[in-house]
Amino acid sequence: MAILSKEEAQAILKKVIGYSKADFCEVGLNGSDGGNIRYARNAVSTAGQISTMSLGVSSTFGKKTGSATINEFDDASLQKVVKRAEELAMLAPENPEFMPLLGPQTFAESNTYNAKTAAMTPDTRAEMVGKSLSVSKAAGLDAAGFLENATRFNAIMNSKGLFAYNKGTNVSFSVTVRNKQGTGSGYVEQDFNDLDKMDTLALSKIAAGKANGSAGAKAIEPGKYTVILEPLAASDILSNMFRGFDARSADEGRSFMSKKGGGTRLGEQLFSENVNIYSDPMNTEIPSATWNGDGLPVKRTQWVEKGIVKNLSYSRYWAAQKNVEPIPFSRSVIIEGGTQSLEDLIKSTEKGILVTRFWYIRSVDPQTLLLTGLTRDGTFYIENGEIKFPIKNFRFNESPVIMLNNVEALGKPVRTGSGLIPPMKIRDFTFTSLSDAI
Amino acid sequence: MKRKDFLYLSGMGMGALLLPDLSAFGTPIDPLQALDGVDVKIKKELADVALNAAKSKGATYADIRIGRYLNQFVATREKRVQGVANTESYGVGIRVLANGCWGFAATNNVTKDAIAKAAEQAVAVAKANAKIQGEPVQLAPQKGYGEVSWKTPIEINAFEVPVKEKVDLLLNVNDVAMQNGANFVNSVIFAVNEQKYFASTDGSYIDQDVHRIYPTFNVTKVDRESGKFKTRNALSAPSGKGYEYMHARPEDKVTGIVTRYKGRYDMLEDVKEAARVATEKVKAKSVEPGKYDLVLDPSHLWLTIHESVGHPTELDRVLGYEANYAGTSFLTLDKWESKKFKFGSDKVNIVADKTQVGSLGAVGYDDEGVKCKKWDLIKNGVLTSYQAIRDQAHIIGLTESNGCCYSQGWDDVQFQRMPNVSLQPGKEKLSVDDMIKNVEKGIYIIGDGSFSIDQQRYNFQFGGQIFYEIKEGKIAGMLNDVAYQANTQEFWNSCNAICDESDYRLGGSFNDGKGQPSQSSAVSHGSATTRFNGVNVINTARKI
Repeated sequence: MAILSKEEAQAILKKVIGYSKADFCEVGLNGSDGGNIRYARNAVSTAGQISTMSLGVSSTFGKKTGSATINEFDDASLQKVVKRAEELAMLAPENPEFMPLLGPQTFAESNTYNAKTAAMTPDTRAEMVGKSLSVSKAAGLDAAGFLENATRFNAIMNSKGLFAYNKGTNVSFSVTVRNKQGTGSGYVEQDFNDLDKMDTLALSKIAAGKANGSAGAKAIEPGKYTVILEPLAASDILSNMFRGFDARSADEGRSFMSKKGGGTRLGEQLFSENVNIYSDPMNTEIPSATWNGDGLPVKRTQWVEKGIVKNLSYSRYWAAQKNVEPIPFSRSVIIEGGTQSLEDLIKSTEKGILVTRFWYIRSVDPQTLLLTGLTRDGTFYIENGEIKFPIKNFRFNESPVIMLNNVEALGKPVRTGSGLIPPMKIRDFTFTSLSDAI
Repeated sequence: MKRKDFLYLSGMGMGALLLPDLSAFGTPIDPLQALDGVDVKIKKELADVALNAAKSKGATYADIRIGRYLNQFVATREKRVQGVANTESYGVGIRVLANGCWGFAATNNVTKDAIAKAAEQAVAVAKANAKIQGEPVQLAPQKGYGEVSWKTPIEINAFEVPVKEKVDLLLNVNDVAMQNGANFVNSVIFAVNEQKYFASTDGSYIDQDVHRIYPTFNVTKVDRESGKFKTRNALSAPSGKGYEYMHARPEDKVTGIVTRYKGRYDMLEDVKEAARVATEKVKAKSVEPGKYDLVLDPSHLWLTIHESVGHPTELDRVLGYEANYAGTSFLTLDKWESKKFKFGSDKVNIVADKTQVGSLGAVGYDDEGVKCKKWDLIKNGVLTSYQAIRDQAHIIGLTESNGCCYSQGWDDVQFQRMPNVSLQPGKEKLSVDDMIKNVEKGIYIIGDGSFSIDQQRYNFQFGGQIFYEIKEGKIAGMLNDVAYQANTQEFWNSCNAICDESDYRLGGSFNDGKGQPSQSSAVSHGSATTRFNGVNVINTARKI
């Protein structure tokens, strides 16, 4: 029941719209079917199989809108949820930012679904976790990890004839491997649409290698260092910046994209010339839906070209205020890189620090996008192109804007965290204190 | 949403100004339809179906939680209502022990047949997992309480207050902010009612009705000429109270350089000050980095307590169950076993308390049927205990659980969550003014801000809402760009003065994230104003 075909979803949505007495009605339907295994201390701690589906209705009279959701799908329940949304709309104050509904749109067919991933069973998951545990047990290490898979669908329809549907799959895996003495730790995290790309055995070996390799870390002084950020570490920091490509907050003067004296930094050289950022829902490595929640088609968009801000994201309301076309932001963020591997970047580094991942990143100052956080699960000192020794974790205080002005080299992009992100060599990265955490 | 993102959004103070994804909270309803709850006799019948079904399939222990969770959000921005929503989530979660292993299943089909089937599924999961289980689960004994009930002591049910009254208040709050110089303002009232029924094969049938409320806002001041903008958030504390929390009396106000609140909250007064403070912050001077004595208001210190004491004393972290997500803890068992690990100075006494009236974590019984209580975590600066649940108690030599098991909903498995963890006030009379008089070079910090701590809870960095420079015993003006960094143990050992009981107040979080898949819980932390000497302060100003 949880995963409906395009036709099945369309039939339910049509029925719901048919019950509406409002001036305008928008309906969204989504479902998910999947499962997970959590493990720690080399044993399964919890496991679950979850299947859900829910329907949301938004009804508008004039400019007064009310919303309601439900997870029962008999006719009486569908009529009830429409009625509730209409009752709330009658109670609501007028929304001065109400936008007329979009009519029918044309969307590209996404490539987010993979049949093999959709067919995963509890046995598949147990087998994958078993491979991970075999690595830690054989090496005399402790593993704690999480494996999760889901098939999801989303569909929307409105009373002006718009309809959109998307179905996708995802499998994600992460594991932290620690040595028995608690003096070394390694981590990997990966997610794919396609199950065949997920190799829990190989990933766990990387984490185990880092757990052994990071034991006995030395303390070095905080300060500014050349860093090589593995794609996960780079992604951890940059995902905060991607949220700032919003035109409205920039125009309102409360974003790092705001310009002194008013206006935005659109068109400015904000980053190094070797920084190119775009999003593309059709990218085969990191595909995403070809429409957003408003029913706007999502297309390839260049956000940064040779360090210059080329586009900001405009909601339909803000685009109308500024007399421009709305631009939805896409989750498939891609930072162009080069052909060098992580190892190549290390080889070309005279002195530097290799960072596996960051942890507990928080905004310190939205004005400059200054962030703080710590390295975790494998931090290493590089000298003359080689990893020399593990070092204690650092706290950093750095802005991703400053970081992308100090890019020395970019490697081959890898799907990770918030997008398709290359390993990065960054100069003058600011570490402010040491952490004893392992 | 990735789990990592969940933690970002649900972190303390982060999610409050966003209207959440309502589908995650359940089905919108007219809340008045659900306030009376399901008849306790019907719930007992349903519970017995689950317990008997589980036992007949081989469970050696079983519990069932029948939950109805109501949420109400009213969110506004300037002159606009961003959203009004009531949601309900109703269903059943069944946990069993079979072949020495836990199993869990849940259903939103609250019928006898569906409940029996879910109980059987839970047993099947337990038996399947038992094949790869190591040591069998060891459960601390728990007596059955029979049929008992508990209710948050509220005066006004927030769900019975008309939506219009809340909308009018928030739009009034926004108007006051704009009239006093703010450029932007968001405001929110978020109310929660958990109607929870727990039964177990121990012989307990526990009916509880839990209420929480969280009013908050965010004010922004923009100076177009300089391109600077500054914000200030509400100094409210989310609270385990009813709507009476919104009706402040004179005795609820702590006057001083800004007004703070204990017991009840005056949102209109606070937003007026917030607009003034945000404007003042734009012109305030940037801090000189260095060592300062920090005087920390309870509206700020709650978050430092949460991160640096609450989380590292969680026994599941100590043991490694959170290693892949929220991390482990520096408070390893050997430190506790030594009975002399100096966590803080002699003045530092920290208690866990699930019974504290008005706190977010207050309930009569936890989610595995253990009666709640108060116990010491840090006594005269020494680590004395952890936060444990029934399957952990034996590890630290306890004969009974501490009663801190919790699940965010009927469809999530219960696990160890933080109780209210609070710093006890000083025994000798000491006011904030008296404390400041003795500071040569210091900073007085009010309100919570940026927060970050490592995965074993050693190294942390905190910002705040308002920073005042203290010079030679006097407040010398407002500062900007302040954050302090410390090691947890060094920080608590630098604690050398705590104001008395009269200054004691609660802060807290509605959304503390933990677990995979991540769950959220609400928790309070109390303290009086406290001084820490010689803490490292950094300057966070940058140019881009």
